[in-house]
Amino acid sequence: MSGLVEFWHMIWPHLGRGLVVTLKLSGGALLIGFLIGLPTALARVYGSPWLKRLATTYVDIFRGTPLLIQLFFIYYGLADPHLVPLAEAIGLPPSVLILSPMVAAYAALGLNSGAYQAEYFRGAIQAVGSGQMMAARALGMSRNQAIWHVVLPQALRLAIPPWSNEAAYLVKYTSVVYIIAVPDLFGEARRIMSVYYNQMVMLPFVGFIYLLMVLGITWVMGRVEAALRIPGLELEEPERA
Amino acid sequence: MSAPVVRIEDLHKRYGDNEVLKGVSLEVAKGEVVVIIGPSGTGKSTLLRCVNLLSRPDSGRVWVEDEEVTAPHVDINKIRAKVGMVFQDFNLFAHLTALKNVMAGPVWVKKMPKEEARELAMEELRRVGLADKADAYPGQLSGGQKQRVAIARALAMNPKVMLFDEPTSALDPELIGEVLAVMKDLAREHMTMLVVTHEMGFAKEVSNRIIFMEKGVIVEEGPPEQLFYAPQQERTRQFLGKITELYGQSETE
Repeated sequence: MSGLVEFWHMIWPHLGRGLVVTLKLSGGALLIGFLIGLPTALARVYGSPWLKRLATTYVDIFRGTPLLIQLFFIYYGLADPHLVPLAEAIGLPPSVLILSPMVAAYAALGLNSGAYQAEYFRGAIQAVGSGQMMAARALGMSRNQAIWHVVLPQALRLAIPPWSNEAAYLVKYTSVVYIIAVPDLFGEARRIMSVYYNQMVMLPFVGFIYLLMVLGITWVMGRVEAALRIPGLELEEPERA
Repeated sequence: MSAPVVRIEDLHKRYGDNEVLKGVSLEVAKGEVVVIIGPSGTGKSTLLRCVNLLSRPDSGRVWVEDEEVTAPHVDINKIRAKVGMVFQDFNLFAHLTALKNVMAGPVWVKKMPKEEARELAMEELRRVGLADKADAYPGQLSGGQKQRVAIARALAMNPKVMLFDEPTSALDPELIGEVLAVMKDLAREHMTMLVVTHEMGFAKEVSNRIIFMEKGVIVEEGPPEQLFYAPQQERTRQFLGKITELYGQSETE
């Protein structure tokens, strides 16, 4: 028993650090994905043909290729010496091409999540319906006013369930970053396993920690959804007087 | 005779191969109630939408008061702000209460202080008989109530003319009366109105002039007595016969 406590004290600092990294990566990538995804969705629905094509290309690339390749491309691919003349040609020091594992992880996960979030937001914006935009414009609102005051408040509510899904996926997908030596929760667990060969304990335990995180997200997003619910739009029969 | 509130000159509009408007001209004087009738797909709604440029005509010109809507570089938002519009499917802002829906135009478009807008909105809700529903969301209202809030929302902008695009077509028969009653009140208060509808009772009782449109042109226009009892055109007579048979005249109370 005391051996187990001792072992726990030995591994916990590592796992704890890894957990913090995983949480940072998940939160950061979700935020980056949101900041990229929402404008991308708006561009796909309301943008000029040129903007639409640009946004669609981005979504296609990052949804259509494996996350691992994206991660490798950003971490190893950009560091390719062949790119040095290119960087110099546009006046950048070649060192900008060499990213730290953490920065590469944020970039890859953020860009990947942005593509998925863009699709969720686009679906939500289109679900709001053109009638709402028409009514807003008929009152004399500019298109931006209509998007801001009328379309987005409804679209963001509709996007909550798919967005929670994306958050739950992302927390787990961050575990691929161990492969570029980011010391996240899984990376730390893997190091411990390689020393103690205790995978039968570590894998379920670490898996359980991921499960707790996902359950936490589900619970929080459920509360957010309930708090923002529009009366009369839920599935029950509306009250009529 | 003051200048017309709405003036439309030789309006053309096509969607692909389908020419929806083939040269329509029309004027609506201040305080006049003009009803547009005709078979579906004949460009009535498109004509209405060309007045506030929700549809952009291919050619022809439109004026609201002395401002040309179709002029290049016109500030269309400024013109729309004085043209009220009511839609077939209400289009109330689903995330806002009835009161906030009515406040939307004054606050966001006219930048009216919120307190002032709230009082104005309550006044408009009283006008359509829904002051007690101020805090209800659209999802909690019946179709007739939604449409009355939509009318209040348009009225809160103090419009020079109200456009109604089949305002009762999406309503259950027993809810049509309450919306028509509000519209009749407006007509009595000399609101300038351009109404696309199949409600012949309303047309007969309230309108100053009826326009019969078919296949993108005005077939016949005149005071209701003439169109209903002495139509000049055979098509007008046929259409009115059919529509009376279909919709009856029971909505006139």
